[in-house]
Amino acid sequence: MGELKLMKGNEVIAEAAIRYGCDGYFGYPITPQSEVMETLMLQKPWETTGMVVVQAESEVASINMLYGGASCGKRVFTSSSSPGISLMLEGISYLAGAELPCLIVNVVRGGPGLGTIQPSQADYNQATKGGGHGDYQTIVLAPASVQEMNDHVGLGFDLAFKYRIPSLILTDGVIGQMMEKVVVEDQKPRWTDEEIKEKYGDWATTGKQKNRKGNIITSLALESEVMEKHNIHLQKKYREIEENEVLFEEFQTEDAEYLFVAYGSSARVCQKAIEIARAKGIKVGLLRPILVWPYPKKRVSELADQVKGMLSVEMSAGQMVIDVKLAVNGRIPVEHFGRFGGIIPSPAEVVEALEQKIIGGK
Amino acid sequence: MADIDIKDIIKEENLIYTKPKVITDTVMHYCPGCSHGVAHKLVAEVIDDMDIQDKTIGISPVGCSVLAYNYLDIDWQQAAHGRAPALATAAKRLMPNHYVFTYQGDGDLASIGAAEILHACNRGENITVIFINNAIYGMTGGQMAPTTLVGMKTATSPYGRSTELNGYPLKITELIAQLPGVAYVTRQSVHTPAAVRKTKKAIRKGFENQDKKIGTSFIEIVSTCSSGWKLSPVKSNEWMEEHMFKFYPLGDLKDSEKESEESYKKYIE
Ligand SMILES: Cc1ncc(C[n+]2csc(CCOP(=O)(O)OP(=O)(O)O)c2C)c(N)n1
Ligand code: SF4
Ligand SMILES: [Mg+2]
Repeated sequence: MGELKLMKGNEVIAEAAIRYGCDGYFGYPITPQSEVMETLMLQKPWETTGMVVVQAESEVASINMLYGGASCGKRVFTSSSSPGISLMLEGISYLAGAELPCLIVNVVRGGPGLGTIQPSQADYNQATKGGGHGDYQTIVLAPASVQEMNDHVGLGFDLAFKYRIPSLILTDGVIGQMMEKVVVEDQKPRWTDEEIKEKYGDWATTGKQKNRKGNIITSLALESEVMEKHNIHLQKKYREIEENEVLFEEFQTEDAEYLFVAYGSSARVCQKAIEIARAKGIKVGLLRPILVWPYPKKRVSELADQVKGMLSVEMSAGQMVIDVKLAVNGRIPVEHFGRFGGIIPSPAEVVEALEQKIIGGK
Repeated sequence: MADIDIKDIIKEENLIYTKPKVITDTVMHYCPGCSHGVAHKLVAEVIDDMDIQDKTIGISPVGCSVLAYNYLDIDWQQAAHGRAPALATAAKRLMPNHYVFTYQGDGDLASIGAAEILHACNRGENITVIFINNAIYGMTGGQMAPTTLVGMKTATSPYGRSTELNGYPLKITELIAQLPGVAYVTRQSVHTPAAVRKTKKAIRKGFENQDKKIGTSFIEIVSTCSSGWKLSPVKSNEWMEEHMFKFYPLGDLKDSEKESEESYKKYIE
């Protein structure tokens, strides 16, 4: 069923969370994502679904509130933009270590430092390679439309609870700020403690019951043997996710001789670039990872047998290109094209880069 | 005289004291003369007395009491250094009928976590805070804390804390007492049987305030760290009475309800 609306990407994150039956939001204002909390405060979900919304004193506090809420088995989320996410990294590492399901939204802006409030994709490495301390991963979803902003809230929570892992939506100011048509889902009820126990086991801090010892949420193990065992368990889980949850989309790859690899708003630019290139007779297609972790390594590798070269198009100095190169393993040329510091590349620039770096360079 | 069998003495009717139900059999790792053990026992007794084991969520800090979750058989969350009040905020908001308490040292609460405790208290979260002030970083080997007394020698103030170099000891409890969201602020200790009884009462009151939903309850326990202070347990107590109590005087700092929104309306009129 659902309902058709015209909304901003950031607004739909809030709307989707309420409708999904989310239990709590904790956040701190930062451009370009403040509409998430503003929309929640306007909607007052505590009066309808009972969802809790708290404006925290900092991103450090909001990520740790997330840890407190997730420890209770509740479906909780936070949103921020690059500098705020950097502040959260200790907390995200704790969440991963304690295996807590939750959702974190990063509406990326240009860096480093205070950088710019304009869109960027320069937090890819931070998001997909752990980011904080220790060997850990988070599931990373990369929406390319306002509709996917909606869909990834539910998908992010579902995967987070399936694997007891933090999910991160990695988006940017373009998707966050732009308005598009979107079908939002009908209101779902929030889960009761019993439903959570039934579906996902009795691990949360909901109060010690007679039939079990106290539940302890911790990432600490003082004996290194225990800590190694925990790490092995985490790695096994990550491999399982890599096996089962890869998600991507392809455009015009059937006859492609060249390939763009791009996610999020860069993928939108590449779609237009394909039109321009094909009008010039260049057979180029696009592979768009919908999740950037786990990464569609296998598919990239398969396509390396088909195409003559790949161009990773990112609004960064070249981060995802390393994953593409790893998958291709030197078989064909792989190059990067990106604008950064808040600049969105034009489709014409992308085609030019393909011609110069890949076609001309072969 | 007939021999007395020990079994004849250990009988229900002769029992005058027993280990709290909530305390596990795990051997505590605390040093001899450390206040943490007694403070744990008091929290456990209050949970027993109020019969709220199934409704209590503890938040343990980073510090010597990080493993508090091994000693009290309740549901626990282990927080990042200083962030326990943020965890407690979410837990209490999401489960308002549970009893949520944080248990934090002075490095955890008054230094790295100063923002989290001030803002949780300022929001008037209906939680109980147990604050163990031993004026030192016990766990990391006795470094200076914001609460370290002027002149006090620690691993990072080997010539004694100097106000030039390090500023002044922070009376964070006095700061907290100024906040309108806070209902109850008290400073106690556990160095004598009488003090232990008073502290237990304070903790009980802190937990009962959660039923009344009247704002944050903050219980400081001025504590010893015999290892960090490099004193025997007995000498630690003497040193605490002589020096700590002068700067951190015991007693209630605030006992009221959180102030209403009404009393602040005048500022926008
Ligand atoms: C982010 C971070 N910084 C530093 C530490 C190291 N550390 C562990 S415990 C501690 C101090 C604890 O002192 P306090 O809170 O007074 O507790 P006590 O051990 O005295 O009870 C520090 C600095 C840490 N674990 N995490
Ligand atoms: S180091 Fe200090 S605070 Fe830590 S257990 Fe020993 S006496 Fe207690
Ligand atoms: Mg201390």
